[in-house]
Amino acid sequence: MAKTVLPFGPQHPVLPEPLHLTLAIEDEIVKEAIPKLGYVHRGLEKLAEIRDHNQMIYIVERVCGICSCMHALCYCQGIEALMGLEVPERARYLRTIWSEMHRIHSHLLWLGLFADAFGFESLFMQFWRIRERVMDLQEETAGNRVILSVNQVGGVRRDITAESAQWILETLKLAEKELLQLKSTILDDTTVKLRTVGKGVLTKEKAYELGAAGPTLRASGVAQDMRQTGYAAYSELDFAPIVETDGDCYARTVVRFKEALQAIDLIRQCFAKIPQGELSVKPKGLPTGEVVSRVEQPRGEVLYYLRGSGKKFLERVRIRTPTFANIPPLLDMLPGCDLADVPVLILTIDPCISCTER
Amino acid sequence: MIDSAVVVTEENTAEIRPDEVITQSRALKDEGFRFVTMSSAELAESVCVLYHFDKDLEIRNLRVDVPKGSKIGSIATVYSCAFLVENEIKEHFGVDFDGIPLDFQGMMYNDEEVQRTPFCNIGIKRV
Amino acid sequence: MFMTKTILKNLLTKYATRLYPFQKREPFKHSKGELKIVMEKCILCGVCQMRCPSQCISVDKQAKTWKVDPFACVYCGVCVDACPVKCLYQESLYRTPLAEKDMVVHVQQPKEAAEPAAT
Ligand code: SF4
Ligand code: SF4
Repeated sequence: MAKTVLPFGPQHPVLPEPLHLTLAIEDEIVKEAIPKLGYVHRGLEKLAEIRDHNQMIYIVERVCGICSCMHALCYCQGIEALMGLEVPERARYLRTIWSEMHRIHSHLLWLGLFADAFGFESLFMQFWRIRERVMDLQEETAGNRVILSVNQVGGVRRDITAESAQWILETLKLAEKELLQLKSTILDDTTVKLRTVGKGVLTKEKAYELGAAGPTLRASGVAQDMRQTGYAAYSELDFAPIVETDGDCYARTVVRFKEALQAIDLIRQCFAKIPQGELSVKPKGLPTGEVVSRVEQPRGEVLYYLRGSGKKFLERVRIRTPTFANIPPLLDMLPGCDLADVPVLILTIDPCISCTER
Repeated sequence: MIDSAVVVTEENTAEIRPDEVITQSRALKDEGFRFVTMSSAELAESVCVLYHFDKDLEIRNLRVDVPKGSKIGSIATVYSCAFLVENEIKEHFGVDFDGIPLDFQGMMYNDEEVQRTPFCNIGIKRV
Repeated sequence: MFMTKTILKNLLTKYATRLYPFQKREPFKHSKGELKIVMEKCILCGVCQMRCPSQCISVDKQAKTWKVDPFACVYCGVCVDACPVKCLYQESLYRTPLAEKDMVVHVQQPKEAAEPAAT
């Protein structure tokens, strides 16, 4: 049978963002997939030429609308390494708390969208209802719901008071309870399993070789998580990456679900250990040199390459986001799958196209 | 403890010549390194391309200085996932990668009417 | 049969959503909402203009005006932190939608004009 060429996206009911794939199919089986990017390319890296290194924090936050806090954290960490700044302990803990809140809301967002991808609308609503609680936590503590703008070079801009901490822990307890109620639906339901188990298998070797990142990598059995390096306060927390070995869509769902629960636990640990003290140190001097800074985002590791030459403006800001790394594995997964499974496979890498293209 | 923000120093970065990239990256692959990504920056006369690899969370870089507008071998034969980022650098900096399996001809992000690379201001060659 | 409990529970509990225009959530106290200025305190130093990442503030020393483009403002609160005399603040409510773009312009009354009234 002759091949049919089918454009998938950029506008597709299942896609939250404009990913475009050209699929060559043969009798409903995908044979080949070619990506096309560029629908939301904004050239944010170029802005480094006209915004100084402090203003860039608020620009890199806008690279991604979901994991904004981690982008700023990664960027600030890089600048701090260049300046040789030691971030106060309380600030490191607060950064961790906000990062983990972001992880919860991002994973809940994904779990909802994923449920929607195989047509489970009510589950989508349930996950997003829980997510709303976390969004409220972010708004109360940081002032904004998504783009928190809490990081600055040398520390953080806001504190979390004791009453807020109490309220956060109570809300998280509620969220955890509700999340566990949904566990059997997303992980044990027969129809859900039929759509996910054994679909889009990425072997351990392939995942490593193709440079997959984050849950996509860990679901294939590679225990690599940037949080193991112990940036921010992770070195003082009890943390072990969540790994699944099957490498299929189901394994990736399990990893994300468990990471959401783990993030709740990490926030609890943070509040148990957080010391009192300064929020920020004053930066001295200007960034000079080159640095590679990496942080674990909900979708995987993000890499910042910063190059400063002792001026207010950085010479180069280069951002490699996790979805960029996860596109080659996706292209490897697609050949051989049913056309009907393509949306599910695409969603399991948690594509964030606006951050891929920046 | 491994740092997650690593200042690029001689310790973790090897300076190599443009014709060595493929052999050097193959050597790293044989050691079990994972390809992370590539970065680039404009220098006075050349474009500095950094290849980032990692193994057990530790980062290792290769630095190549490519004269502006000249050619360099694509490492997509070694690490197939490098094709996306090579396309990106080709489009933004005008570094010509030889033998990218999926070559967007400088039109991955940009439209056809874009005549100059946005970062390193030189004309784009379209085949 | 096993769904009866869930159905009963859902019938007896409140809505999960709010009936929005009639029932509004209290804004959080520290939300970064609309940007406001106490013009009398402003010393027109221009620090806010310099620090703003979206460059939406313009301060004119001669004309004694302070302008912000609320549609370009990203509500990050950098200007509020940077202001040396703390004359900027953010409301906890957001601006309501408008049909047309506008600029918020504040003009400082000359000091002499304000003082004779007091003496
Ligand atoms: S920083 Fe404050 S005092 Fe200075 S111009 Fe802005 S609002 Fe006025
Ligand atoms: S809140 Fe941020 S974007 Fe808005 S005027 Fe102030 S500094 Fe500029």
